[in-house]
Amino acid sequence: MSVKLVNISKIFRDQENIQKKVVAVKDVNLEIKDGEMVTLLGPSGCGKTTTLRIVSGFETPTTGEVWISGKMVNNIPPNKRDTSMVFQSYAIFPHLSVAQNVGFGLELKGWGKTEIEKEVRRIMKIMEFSELYNRKPEQLSGGQQQRVALARAVINKPSVLLFDEPLSNLDAKLRVQMRMEIRKIQKTFGITSIYVTHDQEEALTISDRVVVMNEGKIMQVATPIEIYSYPKNMFVADFIGRVNFIPGKIIEKKEKTLLVNFGIYQKEIKCRYGDFKVNESVIIVVRPESLKMSPAKKKDPHCIQGEISKLVYLGPTIEYEIEVKELSRKIFAVIYNPIEEGFFKVGDLVNIDFKPIAAHVLSQKDKE
Amino acid sequence: MKNYKKWIKKSSQEIAFISKDPILFLSILLIFSSLIIFILYPLCKVITVSVFSKGQFSFIILKDVISNWYFRQGFYNSIIMGTLTSIIGAGIGFLFAFTLARTNIPFKKVFHLIAIIPIISPPFIGAMAIIMLFGNNGLITSGLLGINNFKIYGFRGLLFAQVITFFPVAYITLRGVLESISPTLEDAAFDLGGSRWKVFKKVTLPLAIPGIASAILILFVETLADFGNPLILAGSKFPILSVQAYLQITGMYDLPSGAALALILLVPSVSVYFLQKYWVSRKKYVTVTGKPTASSHKVVSPVAKWILFAFCSFLAFIILLIYFTILWGAFAKVWGFDNSLTLNNFKYVFSVGFEAVTDTLIIAVTSTPIAGILGMIIAFLVVRKKFPGKREMEFTSMLSFAVPGTVIGIGYILAFNNPPFALTGTFLILMLNFVFRYIPVGIQSGVAILQQVDPCIEEAAVDLGADSQYTFKKITLPLMVPAFFSGLIYSFVRAMTAISAAIFLVSAHWNLMTVQIMSQVESGRLGAACAFSVILVGIILLAILIIRLILNLFYGSFGGTMLKI
Repeated sequence: MSVKLVNISKIFRDQENIQKKVVAVKDVNLEIKDGEMVTLLGPSGCGKTTTLRIVSGFETPTTGEVWISGKMVNNIPPNKRDTSMVFQSYAIFPHLSVAQNVGFGLELKGWGKTEIEKEVRRIMKIMEFSELYNRKPEQLSGGQQQRVALARAVINKPSVLLFDEPLSNLDAKLRVQMRMEIRKIQKTFGITSIYVTHDQEEALTISDRVVVMNEGKIMQVATPIEIYSYPKNMFVADFIGRVNFIPGKIIEKKEKTLLVNFGIYQKEIKCRYGDFKVNESVIIVVRPESLKMSPAKKKDPHCIQGEISKLVYLGPTIEYEIEVKELSRKIFAVIYNPIEEGFFKVGDLVNIDFKPIAAHVLSQKDKE
Repeated sequence: MKNYKKWIKKSSQEIAFISKDPILFLSILLIFSSLIIFILYPLCKVITVSVFSKGQFSFIILKDVISNWYFRQGFYNSIIMGTLTSIIGAGIGFLFAFTLARTNIPFKKVFHLIAIIPIISPPFIGAMAIIMLFGNNGLITSGLLGINNFKIYGFRGLLFAQVITFFPVAYITLRGVLESISPTLEDAAFDLGGSRWKVFKKVTLPLAIPGIASAILILFVETLADFGNPLILAGSKFPILSVQAYLQITGMYDLPSGAALALILLVPSVSVYFLQKYWVSRKKYVTVTGKPTASSHKVVSPVAKWILFAFCSFLAFIILLIYFTILWGAFAKVWGFDNSLTLNNFKYVFSVGFEAVTDTLIIAVTSTPIAGILGMIIAFLVVRKKFPGKREMEFTSMLSFAVPGTVIGIGYILAFNNPPFALTGTFLILMLNFVFRYIPVGIQSGVAILQQVDPCIEEAAVDLGADSQYTFKKITLPLMVPAFFSGLIYSFVRAMTAISAAIFLVSAHWNLMTVQIMSQVESGRLGAACAFSVILVGIILLAILIIRLILNLFYGSFGGTMLKI
């Protein structure tokens, strides 16, 4: 049950001013494989929810095609589409019991009463909330409502399961627990899923692939590891986790690495994306936790050196801000396990280093 | 031009979208056509009849009417009466609401119930009681004080009746307004060192001003449209426009002049109504900030509190006096001459006018559910669906709030006298009139509740495979039940107590209790009129009780508490 979005765009007209157009989604192309769980990640207003609503049929794309299980579904209304949505507000029917909520879709399919009850009980048992069978929605906690909403969507055995920021109304601890559970249920039933979130941690933990969106466009589609380690452009790098951007210039192209000059320094960096020319201006991308710090005895032009200007102690980690005069910028470093790695003070002179594999370069053109 | 094209494009897209759902499409069409036929068409008739003379477009009729000093006097009187009633009524309503919302006086619930009584009874009961108390043979004037020629007819008596009849409307509105102003604001001002009077003047009153303004305008529209009180109390020396229009048609058989007077009545009511709806009501402050907060009741000094208590008690006494007078009148032999008790009046009602009781009930019972359901459907369409003409649909269906009943009544006899809609004298014309006059109530409460229901809940049903009818029936409608029933009660009460439009539409076959009461008053049989009124109010109270019981039965305390009246 694959999902394919072909050149999807959605332009909203401003309600007040008809002349004004708002481009919510622009030229989105995406293919989701059978049984895969894909998250749409991005800041608010990036078009991720609109994309999800286009798949569900609640929004009609201005241009482009939506394909579900090999069928073009643009003209099929949401109630005839084989998709089920889990809403941000859960949208539990307040006047129906838990069992009636879960069985709602089956009732619509014309199932008999006893069959519905059997199936509702079966699903509720799998999802471990059988005891709530006769409860009313107002007697449920946030996490329980979430479970009911998920069961109600899953019971229909939809081709595609859609999640619209389903965990944003829960507290932090429950959120962690529920996202594991959602992933478990999704794998158990093997349902192709699209999951919208603005929480990068959620996206990284839950998905097979992450789609990062900004201003209606797809920025990058990749596995969580790839997205975090080798972001394709500055937006993705900056949006997910923290990052150091250091401008530099290509000096030499080697077989698998590039020799890059930045400030007075030179370093070999693994080549990931694109075709770079010698003398091209680039941006070096390196994560704070990839940096190694060591005490510097004296000035050494072959090492990147700087003075610690700020530090934040967080328990498992220490975050340092290091003023590197030669680069005329500050570098962030995160040191894990500081007890073993050693502590530094503000004003200490340190050497900074990173391995070629821990960094990559982006063309200046990829500034987006 | 470009905009126009875009509008067409957008509309055709929307039409294309809704036509995928044929039942939705059909119901929109059906509602549009019925709104046009039963609201717009009669109004257009009133206008065309007044601006066409002998088949020619001319302002002759309007000119004649305006140049007639007696009609001009009626217009001025109506405006003066409306202005005074609305200002005094809103003032009294505000004090009453302020006392009940902001002080901890005893018997709050009792005061509230007493203030509700005039709302659920025929609007001319006040006028009847005033005649019985202060008229020529009045209990107070001639009975207690021995004054025989006290002039209660005219300006004074009418103003008194109107204020008593309409201040409860202001009270209900303003109580809502005051309760939405968080008392913590007053506590804060008090805490910052303001005196009690300063707090009231600088915080409470300014925050309530938009509410007061809108209450004044609502009362103005209602008083201007009122028909029962002036018919009984105004007298010939103090003509009132709505009564003049009625007399012109029923007394002089002069339909065009009647229509022209209706048109003149229509202009100020509609303009003030829309001033209220689209301007004043937008100026409201939103001060509710989440948690409901209890007032400390410290912002009213004990002295002020007991003065307000005395004021409320006096008002409650007057209302009770009025209803007690009606009740006594129903059982009195000949009011003013022999006030000893008898059942003759009821015997008379049951032998002569019982048909009016059943007719009224049949019409009210059939029209209110239709008005209620139609109101819910329109509310749903307006809040949740996109289609061209959506705003026009809301506007048209709310129009009957603004249009005085007299105008509607005249419009109906003009519009439905000839084929294809020859309905005069039938059950249908009365029922349709009530349906389309009272849908705004259902729409308002439906819109209010729908705006609180997360649209996702309906989307979830659609997402699970429900079509729009199924979603409406199984999800939206059940959620709207409380609003539906309170709308139902309101339109039932209005249908039972309506007079201004209905008086034009009754016939020998289909008569109404209110019209019967009026004709009893006019022919001097006050006892019979009182007996009719007692039965009428009794039926209304019973109906409210039954609806509450049903709600409690099916929805537990949840349904019961949702019902405000």
